[in-house]
Amino acid sequence: MSDAILRVRGLSKRFDSEEVLRGVSFEVHKGDAKVFIGPSGTGKSTLLRCLNRLVEPDSGQVWLGSEEITHASDIDGVRRRMGMVFQNFYLFDHLTALGNVEIGLTKVLKMPKRQAKDFAMSELARVGMDRFADKYPAELSGGQAQRVSIARSLAMNPEIMLFDEPTSALDPELTGEVLEVMRNLASGGMTMLVVSHEMEFVYSVASEVLFMEGGVIVERGTPGQIRDENASAESRDPGAPSAQNPSKSFARTRAFLRRLDG
Amino acid sequence: MDDSLRYILEDLSGPLLQGTIASLKLIACSVPFGLILGFAIAVGWVYGNRAISGLCKVYVLLVKGTPLLILLFVIYFCLPSLGLTLSPFAASVTGFIMCNAAYNSEYIRGAILSVRSGQLIAARSLGMGRFQAIISIVLPQAARRALPGCSNEIIYLIKYSSLAYILSFIELTGAGKMAATRSFRFTLVFSVVGLVYLTMVTLASLFFMWLEKKFAIPGFERSRD
Repeated sequence: MSDAILRVRGLSKRFDSEEVLRGVSFEVHKGDAKVFIGPSGTGKSTLLRCLNRLVEPDSGQVWLGSEEITHASDIDGVRRRMGMVFQNFYLFDHLTALGNVEIGLTKVLKMPKRQAKDFAMSELARVGMDRFADKYPAELSGGQAQRVSIARSLAMNPEIMLFDEPTSALDPELTGEVLEVMRNLASGGMTMLVVSHEMEFVYSVASEVLFMEGGVIVERGTPGQIRDENASAESRDPGAPSAQNPSKSFARTRAFLRRLDG
Repeated sequence: MDDSLRYILEDLSGPLLQGTIASLKLIACSVPFGLILGFAIAVGWVYGNRAISGLCKVYVLLVKGTPLLILLFVIYFCLPSLGLTLSPFAASVTGFIMCNAAYNSEYIRGAILSVRSGQLIAARSLGMGRFQAIISIVLPQAARRALPGCSNEIIYLIKYSSLAYILSFIELTGAGKMAATRSFRFTLVFSVVGLVYLTMVTLASLFFMWLEKKFAIPGFERSRD
Protein backbone atom coordinates (compact mmCIF):
# COMPACT_ATOMS: atom_id res chain seq x y z
CA MET A 1 0.00 0.00 0.00
CA SER A 2 1.36 3.40 -1.03
CA ASP A 3 1.81 6.05 1.65
CA ALA A 4 0.44 8.73 -0.70
CA ILE A 5 -2.15 11.17 0.67
CA LEU A 6 -3.81 11.34 -2.72
CA ARG A 7 -3.65 8.84 -5.58
CA VAL A 8 -5.24 9.48 -8.94
CA ARG A 9 -5.52 6.77 -11.58
CA GLY A 10 -6.79 7.21 -15.13
CA LEU A 11 -9.10 10.13 -14.42
CA SER A 12 -11.18 11.10 -17.45
CA LYS A 13 -13.86 13.67 -18.06
CA ARG A 14 -15.78 14.64 -21.15
CA PHE A 15 -18.03 17.67 -21.62
CA ASP A 16 -20.30 16.90 -24.57
CA SER A 17 -17.97 16.13 -27.45
CA GLU A 18 -14.87 17.56 -25.77
CA GLU A 19 -12.62 15.20 -23.84
CA VAL A 20 -11.20 17.48 -21.15
CA LEU A 21 -9.29 14.88 -19.13
CA ARG A 22 -7.83 11.77 -20.74
CA GLY A 23 -6.69 9.30 -18.13
CA VAL A 24 -4.73 11.53 -15.76
CA SER A 25 -2.67 9.71 -13.11
CA PHE A 26 -0.41 10.97 -10.34
CA GLU A 27 0.28 10.66 -6.63
CA VAL A 28 0.66 13.25 -3.90
CA HIS A 29 2.64 12.55 -0.74
CA LYS A 30 2.47 14.40 2.55
CA GLY A 31 4.11 17.79 2.31
CA ASP A 32 4.21 17.76 -1.49
CA ALA A 33 3.49 20.97 -3.35
CA LYS A 34 2.66 19.87 -6.87
CA VAL A 35 1.96 22.57 -9.40
CA PHE A 36 0.04 22.08 -12.64
CA ILE A 37 0.87 24.38 -15.51
CA GLY A 38 -0.26 24.40 -19.11
CA PRO A 39 -2.25 26.34 -21.68
CA SER A 40 -5.86 27.38 -21.01
CA GLY A 41 -8.48 24.72 -21.61
CA THR A 42 -6.20 21.77 -20.97
CA GLY A 43 -8.24 20.47 -18.04
CA LYS A 44 -6.23 21.73 -15.05
CA SER A 45 -9.20 23.27 -13.22
CA THR A 46 -11.47 20.39 -14.20
CA LEU A 47 -8.89 18.01 -12.77
CA LEU A 48 -8.96 19.76 -9.37
CA ARG A 49 -12.76 19.81 -9.37
CA CYS A 50 -12.88 16.13 -10.25
CA LEU A 51 -10.71 15.33 -7.24
CA ASN A 52 -13.31 16.58 -4.74
CA ARG A 53 -16.13 15.74 -7.14
CA LEU A 54 -17.44 19.23 -7.61
CA VAL A 55 -17.32 17.84 -11.14
CA GLU A 56 -18.06 14.13 -11.43
CA PRO A 57 -15.36 12.30 -13.41
CA ASP A 58 -16.52 9.89 -16.11
CA SER A 59 -13.95 7.26 -15.22
CA GLY A 60 -10.82 6.71 -13.18
CA GLN A 61 -10.22 6.44 -9.47
CA VAL A 62 -9.14 8.78 -6.69
CA TRP A 63 -7.97 7.66 -3.26
CA LEU A 64 -7.71 10.04 -0.34
CA GLY A 65 -5.44 8.19 2.05
CA SER A 66 -6.67 4.63 1.93
CA GLU A 67 -10.24 5.57 1.01
CA GLU A 68 -11.41 5.30 -2.58
CA ILE A 69 -13.48 8.46 -2.91
CA THR A 70 -14.57 8.31 -6.55
CA HIS A 71 -17.74 6.55 -5.50
CA ALA A 72 -17.86 7.58 -1.83
CA SER A 73 -21.44 8.14 -0.70
CA ASP A 74 -20.39 10.72 1.91
CA ILE A 75 -18.91 13.17 -0.57
CA ASP A 76 -19.48 16.07 1.86
CA GLY A 77 -17.21 14.31 4.35
CA VAL A 78 -14.55 13.92 1.65
CA ARG A 79 -14.74 17.60 0.68
CA ARG A 80 -14.16 18.61 4.31
CA ARG A 81 -10.80 16.86 4.05
CA MET A 82 -9.80 18.68 0.83
CA GLY A 83 -9.68 22.47 1.08
CA MET A 84 -10.27 24.34 -2.16
CA VAL A 85 -9.38 27.89 -3.13
CA PHE A 86 -10.93 29.33 -6.28
CA GLN A 87 -9.75 31.80 -8.88
CA ASN A 88 -12.67 34.15 -8.11
CA PHE A 89 -12.48 33.66 -4.32
CA TYR A 90 -16.20 32.86 -4.03
CA LEU A 91 -16.43 34.46 -0.61
CA PHE A 92 -19.98 34.40 0.73
CA ASP A 93 -21.20 37.89 -0.10
CA HIS A 94 -23.57 38.23 2.84
CA LEU A 95 -21.00 37.37 5.50
CA THR A 96 -18.05 39.27 6.94
CA ALA A 97 -14.54 37.89 6.64
CA LEU A 98 -15.01 36.34 10.09
CA GLY A 99 -18.42 34.95 9.12
CA ASN A 100 -16.93 33.40 5.99
CA VAL A 101 -14.36 31.48 8.04
CA GLU A 102 -16.78 30.72 10.86
CA ILE A 103 -19.64 29.24 8.85
CA GLY A 104 -17.88 26.02 7.87
CA LEU A 105 -16.91 25.47 11.49
CA THR A 106 -20.42 25.95 12.85
CA LYS A 107 -22.51 24.48 10.05
CA VAL A 108 -20.27 21.66 8.89
CA LEU A 109 -18.05 20.75 11.84
CA LYS A 110 -20.80 21.70 14.35
CA MET A 111 -18.31 23.59 16.50
CA PRO A 112 -19.89 25.72 19.27
CA LYS A 113 -20.32 29.34 18.19
CA ARG A 114 -17.90 30.84 20.70
CA GLN A 115 -15.16 28.32 19.97
CA ALA A 116 -15.72 28.72 16.22
CA LYS A 117 -15.30 32.48 16.49
CA ASP A 118 -11.99 32.18 18.35
CA PHE A 119 -10.73 29.55 15.93
CA ALA A 120 -11.83 31.58 12.90
CA MET A 121 -10.01 34.62 14.25
CA SER A 122 -6.84 32.60 14.66
CA GLU A 123 -7.13 31.36 11.07
CA LEU A 124 -7.61 34.93 9.84
CA ALA A 125 -4.52 35.93 11.83
CA ARG A 126 -2.63 33.11 10.11
CA VAL A 127 -3.17 34.82 6.76
CA GLY A 128 -2.77 38.32 8.20
CA MET A 129 -6.45 39.20 7.89
CA ASP A 130 -7.58 39.39 11.51
CA ARG A 131 -7.70 43.20 11.30
CA PHE A 132 -10.34 42.89 8.58
CA ALA A 133 -12.56 40.38 10.40
CA ASP A 134 -15.64 42.61 10.32
CA LYS A 135 -15.28 43.63 6.67
CA TYR A 136 -17.61 42.31 3.98
CA PRO A 137 -16.17 40.79 0.77
CA ALA A 138 -16.99 43.90 -1.27
CA GLU A 139 -14.92 45.99 1.14
CA LEU A 140 -11.79 43.88 0.61
CA SER A 141 -9.21 44.08 -2.14
CA GLY A 142 -8.82 41.01 -4.35
CA GLY A 143 -5.69 39.92 -2.50
CA GLN A 144 -7.37 40.33 0.88
CA ALA A 145 -10.46 38.44 -0.30
CA GLN A 146 -8.31 35.58 -1.54
CA ARG A 147 -6.45 35.41 1.78
CA VAL A 148 -9.81 35.16 3.58
CA SER A 149 -10.85 32.37 1.23
CA ILE A 150 -7.60 30.54 2.05
CA ALA A 151 -8.33 31.00 5.78
CA ARG A 152 -11.85 29.67 5.21
CA SER A 153 -10.46 26.47 3.71
CA LEU A 154 -7.65 26.12 6.25
CA ALA A 155 -10.11 26.40 9.13
CA MET A 156 -11.59 23.06 8.10
CA ASN A 157 -8.18 21.51 8.83
CA PRO A 158 -7.89 19.77 5.45
CA GLU A 159 -5.42 17.03 4.64
CA ILE A 160 -4.66 18.64 1.30
CA MET A 161 -5.29 22.08 -0.21
CA LEU A 162 -6.34 22.55 -3.84
CA PHE A 163 -5.54 25.96 -5.32
CA ASP A 164 -7.22 26.71 -8.64
CA GLU A 165 -5.32 29.66 -10.16
CA PRO A 166 -5.56 31.62 -6.91
CA THR A 167 -3.87 34.72 -8.29
CA SER A 168 -5.05 34.86 -11.88
CA ALA A 169 -7.97 37.20 -11.08
CA LEU A 170 -5.71 39.60 -9.19
CA ASP A 171 -3.86 42.70 -10.30
CA PRO A 172 -0.10 42.03 -10.39
CA GLU A 173 0.53 44.16 -7.30
CA LEU A 174 -1.90 42.05 -5.28
CA THR A 175 -0.59 38.60 -6.18
CA GLY A 176 2.41 38.89 -3.86
CA GLU A 177 0.41 38.84 -0.63
CA VAL A 178 -1.48 35.68 -1.68
CA LEU A 179 1.65 33.90 -2.88
CA GLU A 180 3.35 34.79 0.39
CA VAL A 181 0.57 33.06 2.34
CA MET A 182 0.85 30.02 0.09
CA ARG A 183 4.64 30.00 0.45
CA ASN A 184 4.24 29.98 4.24
CA LEU A 185 1.77 27.13 4.02
CA ALA A 186 4.13 25.10 1.85
CA SER A 187 7.08 25.72 4.15
CA GLY A 188 4.86 24.70 7.08
CA GLY A 189 4.40 21.29 5.46
CA MET A 190 0.90 21.74 4.00
CA THR A 191 0.23 19.31 1.17
CA MET A 192 -0.83 21.33 -1.85
CA LEU A 193 -2.01 20.88 -5.40
CA VAL A 194 -1.79 24.16 -7.25
CA VAL A 195 -2.78 25.37 -10.69
CA SER A 196 -0.70 28.46 -11.27
CA HIS A 197 1.38 30.25 -13.84
CA GLU A 198 3.28 32.36 -11.31
CA MET A 199 6.59 30.78 -12.28
CA GLU A 200 8.66 32.53 -9.65
CA PHE A 201 6.35 31.03 -7.04
CA VAL A 202 6.36 27.68 -8.82
CA TYR A 203 10.16 27.52 -8.87
CA SER A 204 10.45 28.47 -5.21
CA VAL A 205 7.71 26.24 -3.80
CA ALA A 206 6.88 23.33 -6.11
CA SER A 207 8.14 19.88 -5.26
CA GLU A 208 7.10 18.86 -8.76
CA VAL A 209 5.78 20.66 -11.82
CA LEU A 210 3.29 18.83 -14.04
CA PHE A 211 2.74 20.23 -17.52
CA MET A 212 -0.71 19.44 -18.91
CA GLU A 213 -1.79 19.67 -22.50
CA GLY A 214 -4.86 18.22 -24.21
CA GLY A 215 -6.16 16.67 -21.02
CA VAL A 216 -3.04 14.69 -20.14
CA ILE A 217 0.15 15.27 -18.18
CA VAL A 218 2.73 15.44 -20.95
CA GLU A 219 5.82 16.39 -18.96
CA ARG A 220 6.70 16.45 -15.29
CA GLY A 221 9.74 17.15 -13.19
CA THR A 222 11.21 19.29 -10.45
CA PRO A 223 11.60 23.04 -10.94
CA GLY A 224 15.35 22.50 -11.06
CA GLN A 225 15.01 20.05 -13.92
CA ILE A 226 12.81 22.39 -15.90
CA ARG A 227 15.22 25.28 -15.49
CA ASP A 228 18.25 23.15 -16.27
CA GLU A 229 18.41 23.13 -20.08
CA ASN A 230 20.35 19.86 -20.08
CA ALA A 231 18.00 17.96 -17.81
CA SER A 232 15.33 15.62 -19.09
CA ALA A 233 11.94 14.93 -17.60
CA GLU A 234 11.43 11.89 -15.48
CA SER A 235 8.50 9.56 -15.50
CA ARG A 236 7.56 8.81 -11.93
CA ASP A 237 4.59 6.86 -12.99
CA PRO A 238 5.68 3.94 -15.14
CA GLY A 239 2.54 1.96 -14.42
CA ALA A 240 0.22 4.58 -15.83
CA PRO A 241 -1.56 4.13 -19.18
CA SER A 242 0.60 4.98 -22.18
CA ALA A 243 -1.19 8.29 -22.74
CA GLN A 244 -0.07 9.22 -19.26
CA ASN A 245 3.60 8.41 -19.54
CA PRO A 246 5.14 11.85 -19.66
CA SER A 247 7.74 12.76 -22.22
CA LYS A 248 11.41 12.42 -21.37
CA SER A 249 12.21 15.98 -22.37
CA PHE A 250 10.91 19.36 -21.24
CA ALA A 251 10.59 20.74 -24.76
CA ARG A 252 6.89 21.48 -24.55
CA THR A 253 7.04 22.85 -21.01
CA ARG A 254 9.83 25.21 -22.00
CA ALA A 255 8.04 26.24 -25.18
CA PHE A 256 4.96 27.02 -23.09
CA LEU A 257 7.01 29.01 -20.56
CA ARG A 258 8.60 31.01 -23.37
CA ARG A 259 5.10 31.87 -24.67
CA LEU A 260 4.14 32.82 -21.12
CA ASP A 261 7.10 35.17 -20.84
CA GLY A 262 6.49 36.63 -24.26
CA MET B 1 -67.06 71.07 8.76
CA ASP B 2 -67.77 70.80 12.47
CA ASP B 3 -70.59 68.44 11.68
CA SER B 4 -68.33 66.29 9.52
CA LEU B 5 -65.66 66.20 12.20
CA ARG B 6 -68.21 65.31 14.85
CA TYR B 7 -69.59 62.55 12.61
CA ILE B 8 -66.11 61.16 12.07
CA LEU B 9 -65.19 61.23 15.74
CA GLU B 10 -68.50 60.08 17.21
CA ASP B 11 -70.06 57.78 14.61
CA LEU B 12 -67.43 56.72 12.12
CA SER B 13 -64.28 56.21 14.19
CA GLY B 14 -65.63 53.21 16.13
CA PRO B 15 -66.72 51.08 13.16
CA LEU B 16 -63.64 52.08 11.14
CA LEU B 17 -61.33 51.20 14.04
CA GLN B 18 -62.93 47.76 14.25
CA GLY B 19 -62.71 47.45 10.47
CA THR B 20 -59.04 48.43 10.57
CA ILE B 21 -58.33 45.86 13.25
CA ALA B 22 -60.12 43.23 11.13
CA SER B 23 -58.07 44.24 8.09
CA LEU B 24 -54.87 44.04 10.12
CA LYS B 25 -55.84 40.56 11.29
CA LEU B 26 -56.33 39.49 7.68
CA ILE B 27 -52.97 40.95 6.70
CA ALA B 28 -51.11 39.60 9.74
CA CYS B 29 -52.43 36.08 9.12
CA SER B 30 -51.67 36.18 5.40
CA VAL B 31 -48.20 37.76 5.21
CA PRO B 32 -46.07 35.19 7.10
CA PHE B 33 -47.63 32.20 5.35
CA GLY B 34 -47.50 33.99 2.00
CA LEU B 35 -43.78 34.49 2.50
CA ILE B 36 -43.06 30.97 3.76
CA LEU B 37 -45.08 29.38 0.95
CA GLY B 38 -43.48 31.78 -1.53
CA PHE B 39 -40.00 30.66 -0.43
CA ALA B 40 -41.00 27.00 -0.60
CA ILE B 41 -42.43 27.38 -4.12
CA ALA B 42 -39.38 29.32 -5.35
CA VAL B 43 -36.96 26.74 -3.91
CA GLY B 44 -39.08 23.92 -5.31
CA TRP B 45 -39.11 25.56 -8.75
CA VAL B 46 -35.36 26.19 -8.87
CA TYR B 47 -33.93 23.21 -6.99
CA GLY B 48 -36.72 20.62 -7.00
CA ASN B 49 -36.75 17.54 -9.16
CA ARG B 50 -38.81 17.56 -12.34
CA ALA B 51 -42.08 16.69 -10.59
CA ILE B 52 -41.74 19.24 -7.77
CA SER B 53 -40.48 21.95 -10.10
CA GLY B 54 -43.36 21.26 -12.51
CA LEU B 55 -45.89 21.36 -9.69
CA CYS B 56 -44.56 24.75 -8.53
CA LYS B 57 -44.71 26.14 -12.08
CA VAL B 58 -48.31 24.98 -12.54
CA TYR B 59 -49.33 26.48 -9.19
CA VAL B 60 -47.81 29.87 -10.01
CA LEU B 61 -49.24 29.94 -13.52
CA LEU B 62 -52.67 28.97 -12.25
CA VAL B 63 -52.83 31.50 -9.41
CA LYS B 64 -51.23 34.31 -11.41
CA GLY B 65 -53.67 33.68 -14.21
CA THR B 66 -56.78 33.80 -12.04
CA PRO B 67 -58.31 37.06 -10.76
CA LEU B 68 -58.09 37.13 -6.98
CA LEU B 69 -61.82 37.71 -6.71
CA ILE B 70 -62.53 34.52 -8.69
CA LEU B 71 -60.05 32.65 -6.47
CA LEU B 72 -61.91 33.89 -3.38
CA PHE B 73 -65.26 32.86 -4.89
CA VAL B 74 -63.93 29.38 -5.68
CA ILE B 75 -62.62 28.96 -2.12
CA TYR B 76 -65.74 30.34 -0.44
CA PHE B 77 -68.55 29.18 -2.70
CA CYS B 78 -67.24 26.10 -4.53
CA LEU B 79 -65.27 24.26 -1.85
CA PRO B 80 -68.37 23.56 0.30
CA SER B 81 -69.66 21.36 -2.53
CA LEU B 82 -66.51 19.28 -1.98
CA GLY B 83 -67.23 19.13 1.75
CA LEU B 84 -64.90 21.94 2.83
CA THR B 85 -66.68 24.96 4.24
CA LEU B 86 -64.59 27.91 5.37
CA SER B 87 -65.65 31.00 7.27
CA PRO B 88 -65.40 34.32 5.38
CA PHE B 89 -62.24 35.13 7.33
CA ALA B 90 -60.59 31.74 6.70
CA ALA B 91 -61.58 31.79 3.02
CA SER B 92 -60.18 35.31 2.60
CA VAL B 93 -56.91 34.47 4.34
CA THR B 94 -56.54 31.29 2.28
CA GLY B 95 -57.06 33.22 -0.96
CA PHE B 96 -54.67 35.97 0.09
CA ILE B 97 -51.98 33.49 1.10
CA MET B 98 -52.32 31.61 -2.20
CA CYS B 99 -52.12 34.79 -4.25
CA ASN B 100 -49.40 36.40 -2.14
CA ALA B 101 -47.28 33.23 -2.22
CA ALA B 102 -47.50 32.93 -6.01
CA TYR B 103 -46.25 36.47 -6.59
CA ASN B 104 -43.69 36.31 -3.77
CA SER B 105 -42.30 33.11 -5.25
CA GLU B 106 -41.54 34.93 -8.49
CA TYR B 107 -39.56 37.64 -6.70
CA ILE B 108 -37.75 35.04 -4.62
CA ARG B 109 -37.05 32.81 -7.61
CA GLY B 110 -35.51 35.74 -9.45
CA ALA B 111 -33.43 36.53 -6.37
CA ILE B 112 -32.25 32.92 -6.04
CA LEU B 113 -31.21 32.87 -9.69
CA SER B 114 -29.29 36.11 -9.19
CA VAL B 115 -27.06 34.54 -6.51
CA ARG B 116 -23.81 33.70 -8.26
CA SER B 117 -23.26 29.99 -8.87
CA GLY B 118 -19.84 30.21 -7.21
CA GLN B 119 -21.52 30.76 -3.85
CA LEU B 120 -23.07 27.30 -3.94
CA ILE B 121 -19.87 25.74 -5.31
CA ALA B 122 -17.81 27.26 -2.48
CA ALA B 123 -20.31 26.07 0.12
CA ARG B 124 -20.26 22.54 -1.30
CA SER B 125 -16.45 22.58 -1.39
CA LEU B 126 -16.47 23.21 2.38
CA GLY B 127 -18.46 20.03 2.85
CA MET B 128 -21.93 21.53 3.17
CA GLY B 129 -24.75 19.38 1.87
CA ARG B 130 -26.87 20.80 -0.93
CA PHE B 131 -29.82 21.56 1.33
CA GLN B 132 -27.64 23.19 3.97
CA ALA B 133 -25.82 25.26 1.34
CA ILE B 134 -29.14 26.51 -0.01
CA ILE B 135 -30.44 27.36 3.48
CA SER B 136 -27.22 28.90 4.85
CA ILE B 137 -25.74 30.58 1.80
CA VAL B 138 -28.20 31.04 -1.06
CA LEU B 139 -31.44 31.93 0.74
CA PRO B 140 -29.99 34.63 3.06
CA GLN B 141 -28.65 36.39 -0.04
CA ALA B 142 -31.80 35.80 -2.06
CA ALA B 143 -33.96 37.13 0.78
CA ARG B 144 -32.13 40.45 0.69
CA ARG B 145 -32.56 40.73 -3.05
CA ALA B 146 -36.23 39.71 -2.91
CA LEU B 147 -37.08 42.12 -0.10
CA PRO B 148 -38.09 45.11 -2.27
CA GLY B 149 -40.33 42.94 -4.46
CA CYS B 150 -41.90 41.05 -1.59
CA SER B 151 -42.51 44.22 0.41
CA ASN B 152 -44.26 45.64 -2.65
CA GLU B 153 -46.44 42.55 -2.72
CA ILE B 154 -47.30 42.97 0.97
CA ILE B 155 -48.33 46.54 0.24
CA TYR B 156 -50.61 45.21 -2.51
CA LEU B 157 -52.01 42.78 0.03
CA ILE B 158 -52.91 45.64 2.38
CA LYS B 159 -55.00 47.07 -0.43
CA TYR B 160 -56.52 43.90 -1.85
CA SER B 161 -57.50 42.75 1.66
CA SER B 162 -60.57 44.91 0.94
CA LEU B 163 -61.82 42.08 -1.29
CA ALA B 164 -62.69 40.13 1.87
CA TYR B 165 -65.72 42.38 2.10
CA ILE B 166 -67.15 40.60 -0.98
CA LEU B 167 -67.16 37.39 1.08
CA SER B 168 -69.12 39.31 3.77
CA PHE B 169 -66.14 39.61 6.11
CA ILE B 170 -66.41 43.09 7.56
CA GLU B 171 -63.02 44.69 7.40
CA LEU B 172 -62.12 48.33 6.78
CA THR B 173 -63.83 48.74 3.40
CA GLY B 174 -66.87 46.79 4.59
CA ALA B 175 -67.13 48.86 7.75
CA GLY B 176 -66.90 52.03 5.65
CA LYS B 177 -69.53 50.82 3.19
CA MET B 178 -71.96 50.00 6.02
CA ALA B 179 -71.36 53.36 7.71
CA ALA B 180 -71.82 55.21 4.42
CA THR B 181 -75.04 53.33 3.67
CA ARG B 182 -76.40 54.27 7.08
CA SER B 183 -75.44 57.96 6.88
CA PHE B 184 -75.44 58.54 3.08
CA ARG B 185 -72.16 60.44 3.53
CA PHE B 186 -70.34 58.39 0.89
CA THR B 187 -67.74 60.99 -0.07
CA LEU B 188 -66.74 61.69 3.51
CA VAL B 189 -66.70 58.08 4.62
CA PHE B 190 -64.72 56.74 1.66
CA SER B 191 -62.30 59.66 1.90
CA VAL B 192 -61.58 58.68 5.50
CA VAL B 193 -61.34 55.00 4.54
CA GLY B 194 -58.91 55.93 1.76
CA LEU B 195 -56.83 57.92 4.23
CA VAL B 196 -56.64 54.97 6.61
CA TYR B 197 -55.39 52.72 3.76
CA LEU B 198 -52.91 55.42 2.75
CA THR B 199 -51.65 55.59 6.34
CA MET B 200 -51.26 51.81 6.56
CA VAL B 201 -49.45 51.65 3.23
CA THR B 202 -47.18 54.58 4.15
CA LEU B 203 -46.28 53.03 7.50
CA ALA B 204 -45.62 49.68 5.82
CA SER B 205 -43.46 51.37 3.17
CA LEU B 206 -41.44 53.16 5.84
CA PHE B 207 -41.04 49.90 7.75
CA PHE B 208 -39.76 48.08 4.66
CA MET B 209 -37.37 50.91 3.84
CA TRP B 210 -36.00 50.62 7.38
CA LEU B 211 -35.79 46.84 6.99
CA GLU B 212 -33.88 47.12 3.70
CA LYS B 213 -31.48 49.53 5.34
CA LYS B 214 -31.06 47.31 8.39
CA PHE B 215 -30.15 44.26 6.30
CA ALA B 216 -28.09 46.14 3.73
CA ILE B 217 -24.54 44.87 3.25
CA PRO B 218 -21.81 47.10 1.87
CA GLY B 219 -21.29 46.39 -1.82
CA PHE B 220 -23.69 43.42 -1.78
CA GLU B 221 -25.30 44.42 -5.05
CA ARG B 222 -21.95 44.70 -6.76
CA SER B 223 -21.04 41.65 -8.78
CA ARG B 224 -17.52 40.38 -8.45
CA ASP B 225 -17.35 37.59 -10.97
